[in-house]
Amino acid sequence: MTDHGPLIPRNREMHPLPYYPDYKTSVPRSPKWALLSMESTPSEETGPRFGHSLLGEWDNNLIMNFTKGADPAIGERILVHGRVLDENNRPVPHTLVEIWQANAGGRYRHIKDTYLAPLDPNFGGCGRTITDENGYYEFLTIRPGAYPWPNRVNDWRPMHIHFSVFGQSFGQRLITQMYFEGDPLISRCPIAATIQNRGQLDRLVAPLDMTKSRPLDFLAYKFDIVLRGRRQTMFENKLEGM
Amino acid sequence: MVQSLETLTETPSQTAGPYVHIGCIPSFAGNPGIYPQDLGLRAIEDGAKGEVITITGEVIDGTGWALRDAMIESWQPDAAGKFPGQEGADPAVNGFARFAADKDSGEFTLRTVKPGAVAMRGGGLQAPHISLWVVARGINVGLQTRIYFEDEDNSSDPLLSRIEQRPRVQTLIAKKTADGQYRFDIRLQGDNETVFLDL
Repeated sequence: MTDHGPLIPRNREMHPLPYYPDYKTSVPRSPKWALLSMESTPSEETGPRFGHSLLGEWDNNLIMNFTKGADPAIGERILVHGRVLDENNRPVPHTLVEIWQANAGGRYRHIKDTYLAPLDPNFGGCGRTITDENGYYEFLTIRPGAYPWPNRVNDWRPMHIHFSVFGQSFGQRLITQMYFEGDPLISRCPIAATIQNRGQLDRLVAPLDMTKSRPLDFLAYKFDIVLRGRRQTMFENKLEGM
Repeated sequence: MVQSLETLTETPSQTAGPYVHIGCIPSFAGNPGIYPQDLGLRAIEDGAKGEVITITGEVIDGTGWALRDAMIESWQPDAAGKFPGQEGADPAVNGFARFAADKDSGEFTLRTVKPGAVAMRGGGLQAPHISLWVVARGINVGLQTRIYFEDEDNSSDPLLSRIEQRPRVQTLIAKKTADGQYRFDIRLQGDNETVFLDL
């Protein structure tokens, strides 16, 4: 089996702070001690693979998947599309991308969400797809609403879509959130603010993409995702000095 | 100025939030039927070779409270140490499982086979272990850790050997409670905080 080399170490400075008091739940849930760092091993370099046979006809269409095509969800119709790449700037093909989100009123279909905005009988709020050979994916959905949440007295989440991406190694596993260009709640959100590096936060803000917008149908937003890469060199499998 | 690197930087993580189940385990969120079945329901299928074991535990915050909204993923090789997709791997071992802390008790359960030792790049073996990835509301970057087993020889495992404070090694070792039964609690913070990994 080809050895593609170890995973490139995660640059933690580019990630959110685990402990961020304005996001109150992070206070008791963030480890205090330093992480134990080591070069990756086969346990992190391998990972589950999911085939296209996993997918059903409506899986990446959140407007229709809850009713299996019978009735569309309420809200502003949007296409969310992009590529999954790695740090070596190569596409990550055939990898599973899962998303979940609130409905157009900002309500999640979850046993624990009791926000007063109503459920949409035609909207489930989850979708999944597998990237093509160029790492490309797309979802048709509705733009989720902003919603209030119990943190500080009047905190509101900006409109966002949660993304879960696998890659090809368990050590590449990533969950993140996509925000929408122009949303004034992004800069007021303590969860977004866990990312200290403003340039990094901007990478989670999807721009409006009129090139993919379909007239009289939907607007489009582009969201590219970069996963950890692997360090492959011609020296990788040789002992030092050989 | 210097030449530019053509490399990219990893997309930053964000918390999975309290509703992670909607996207990852829709049946748990109360939404069955969107997909034929939830992903990662079983680590093994019938007929998997090796010792079938059950690991139970809780994810516990710094106040001692068990999380009711954590989601965990596990990844492991088969009883011979081969990962799914590798030549000769046991086809009844999926290797991957996804499970949630119970919404009332906070307890999680993983039923699987005990994994075999895994070879390191460049030689040497890692003691049998299961890799875990823990996400939840309040966890801003998913936490990696591992389950080792108290009834295995862990003495020369390269990762455990790097833990300077030797009592902390115990936080990565599942305790046998009965035949085929193990307990493994994950402590996010506080006394006996679990060793989390950066691999």
